[in-house]
Amino acid sequence: MASRNTIVAHVEDRPGVLARVASLFRRRGFNIESLTVGHCEEPGLSRMTIVVDGDDHQVDQVCRQLFKLIDVVSVEDITYTPMVDRELALIKVSASNFNRREVLDVVEVFRADVVDVHADALIVQVLGDEGKVSAAEKMFEQFGILEMVRTGRVAMRRGPQTTKPPAISDSQQAAAAIRAMLGRRPEGALPFASD
Amino acid sequence: MRLTGARILMECLRAEGVDVFFGYPGGVVLPLYNTLGEYPDIKHVLVRHEQAAAHAADGYARVAGRTGVCLATSGPGATNLVTGITTAYMDSVPMVVLTGNVARDLIGRDGFQEADITGITLPITKHNYLLMRASEIAPAVKEAFHIASTGRKGPVLVDIPKDVFVEEAEWDGYPQGVSLRGYPIMDVPRDDEVDHAAATINAAKRPIIIAGHGVVQSEAQDELIQFAERADSPVLTTLLGISGMPEDHELSYGFLGMHGHYYANMAADQADVVIGIGMRFDDRAMGRFSDFNPSAKIVHIDIDPAEIGKNFVTHAPVNGDVKETLSRLLPQIEQQTHPEWRGEIDQIMADHPTDYIEEGTGLGGPWLVKALAEYTQGQATIVTGVGQHQMWGAQYYPYTRARQWVTSGGLGTMGYEVPAAMGAQFAQQEPIWSLCGDGGFQMTSQELQTVADHNLPVRFAIFNNGFLGMVRQWQELFYEHNYHSVDLGQPDFVKLAEAYGVRGVRATTRAEAIQVFRDIEGYDGPVVIDFQLEREENVWPMVPAGAALSETIESAEEV
Ligand SMILES: Cc1cc2nc3c(=O)[nH]c(=O)nc-3n(C[C@H](O)[C@H](O)[C@H](O)COP(=O)(O)OP(=O)(O)OC[C@H]3O[C@@H](n4cnc5c(N)ncnc54)[C@H](O)[C@@H]3O)c2cc1C
Ligand SMILES: Cc1ncc(C[n+]2csc(CCOP(=O)(O)OP(=O)(O)O)c2C)c(N)n1
Ligand SMILES: [Mg+2]
Repeated sequence: MASRNTIVAHVEDRPGVLARVASLFRRRGFNIESLTVGHCEEPGLSRMTIVVDGDDHQVDQVCRQLFKLIDVVSVEDITYTPMVDRELALIKVSASNFNRREVLDVVEVFRADVVDVHADALIVQVLGDEGKVSAAEKMFEQFGILEMVRTGRVAMRRGPQTTKPPAISDSQQAAAAIRAMLGRRPEGALPFASD
Repeated sequence: MRLTGARILMECLRAEGVDVFFGYPGGVVLPLYNTLGEYPDIKHVLVRHEQAAAHAADGYARVAGRTGVCLATSGPGATNLVTGITTAYMDSVPMVVLTGNVARDLIGRDGFQEADITGITLPITKHNYLLMRASEIAPAVKEAFHIASTGRKGPVLVDIPKDVFVEEAEWDGYPQGVSLRGYPIMDVPRDDEVDHAAATINAAKRPIIIAGHGVVQSEAQDELIQFAERADSPVLTTLLGISGMPEDHELSYGFLGMHGHYYANMAADQADVVIGIGMRFDDRAMGRFSDFNPSAKIVHIDIDPAEIGKNFVTHAPVNGDVKETLSRLLPQIEQQTHPEWRGEIDQIMADHPTDYIEEGTGLGGPWLVKALAEYTQGQATIVTGVGQHQMWGAQYYPYTRARQWVTSGGLGTMGYEVPAAMGAQFAQQEPIWSLCGDGGFQMTSQELQTVADHNLPVRFAIFNNGFLGMVRQWQELFYEHNYHSVDLGQPDFVKLAEAYGVRGVRATTRAEAIQVFRDIEGYDGPVVIDFQLEREENVWPMVPAGAALSETIESAEEV
């Protein structure tokens, strides 16, 4: 089934690691909807949230191929687990004395913030899941969007469960942990069926 | 002790037990060449083109079962390696590739002979490094050899700027281990996966094993034989799995695929359980995916989790090393007997043998390979180029010893035959037989000089059909006989050999060929043999591009 899957990967914080990940996506023909990267709770590692467009089989391949990169420490598809996902957008909306009040009404409806004001424009900061950010974007379009930037999705599992890399030096245990993450059997929505 | 980067690198190679490496100098690696004299135990073979250095390291690795090493200078030296690195990557051959780069302060500024070789090789290496300090060399080289030679093997590149070779760093011995958190070893399979595979195999009525390159690489020939005997399952190989199963064994039924044996393709297509072992279900092996034996259950043993389920739904995946997995699987397999199933395949084999040897005195490819097999008693190590001669070499030589067959499968690199055979010859005393295409030979024949320098006893058997034969065959069969750019002018190969100081001989008939085999017996130097073949012979059987294995054809009339 085609969908947007959310993959969380921990990578060694080394030069070139982003290029390795990008090169892999390009070469294997995977479609990235968004990719964000930043620090995480463990120094020396970065956390990537990758939103991938594709059917389950493709996404499974993405995870397995990503994991093969030596600098990638963990890969997990958290699409089907309860999670919180957020995105931030800065939207520069054309606003004059004539319509500023209307713009602010929309800001309020989306519980967004105005972070910069000028006689001819406002910068609005919208925070929320993708649906909310997209809805806000649509509403602001009527006033004229001069400029916009969206960060792409970041996500985290709900509850005490974490998406942490296995803190393991023992190779066998690490292999087991990785296999558990890649645990979905490649059965189901594959292009070809054998049974 | 403080050592220069160059010495540290050489100390690392010595600690890894590297006895030979293939390279070519240039400006930025001069500091390294300046120290080579101090390491006489590590033989440096000066090639004539860097592509050959990479193929030689690859050929050496495949025959020795060890990591091959090559070296090039920055810029053009490094980019010349690319074909060789890709060849090794596609076939998962363990290699450490060393390149020099411009001095650190010139990197990124388009310095003279700067090439971003780590960027260029991102998609064709298992991993690569650009080292910015001499102190990084020892740990990186240790990691490089570890990564290249474990798990699913492959090439690893280490790029070292000129001034890093000169910089000094503390050397307190080669690192003992590596700490690579993102690279666990996946040798040992999960119990539940082994159980599930065993149950599937025990329930099979018409099992077929397809043994791949992973069997050879994991040195699991004995385990494979035991497993096949217990499951009473016929064994096919992929092109790269050849030599993983001794072909004189009664359960061996040759290789499958585009130019595989008719009976092998039918057996794969009619099995109820297909057991892929250390192979990646490549399209050349399996034919059109959507019509490959749709009702079979697939068991797949592979060390690379990304290969499992890549092309087919896998009923019983087992992620693990072949040797490790088979030894765990074996006790769970109940002794089976499948006489009817084997009888069926035997019947197909009797009706459709691979035996396309024409009557007469002229030289044909199949005849020549069979004659070579007889003369070498099936014991030679065979290296090939790409094309018709490669397929005949796969079909007609009876391989029994692992690592006896060396060929570029995934990339299909013409020109591989000369340098790969040269590198392979450093791994064994007995003469290597290199089956060459007249096209492929002309791509890398400059290495005859390297071969002559070292008086290597390689036998270069040129299958001289005066054509880019495999392409010609396609033009004949699928492009209405419209030959274009396949009729190949060529030098006098005997004179060419002699110009390099290499013995050159020619054979145009079967009698002459046999005479040549006798004449060169015991000769301890290189020989080039110009076998002048019938020009328009085709390779049969064949699965036309995009067809299913069940649509294998055996003659031009069936196209
Ligand atoms: C002109 C031409 C014609 C060809 N025709 C054919 C043909 O008719 N038939 C054919 O089969 N091929 C053919 N090929 C070759 C084909 O393109 C592939 O290279 C080949 O099928 C791959 O074989 P493989 O999967 O065994 O090996 P590889 O590509 O080397 O794959 C090995 C697999 O084994 C796994 N592995 C490696 N080590 C281990 C280990 N220790 N334990 C477990 N698993 C391991 C790897 O992860 C990988 O999945 C042809 C090539 C050319 C150039
Ligand atoms: C480097 C490279 N270029 C082109 C090809 C495409 N190709 C595959 S087989 C072949 C013909 C090979 O001719 P030859 O070496 O004479 O061998 P033959 O088929 O005649 O035995 C060609 C051109 C290739 N495999 N490799
Ligand atoms: Mg030819």
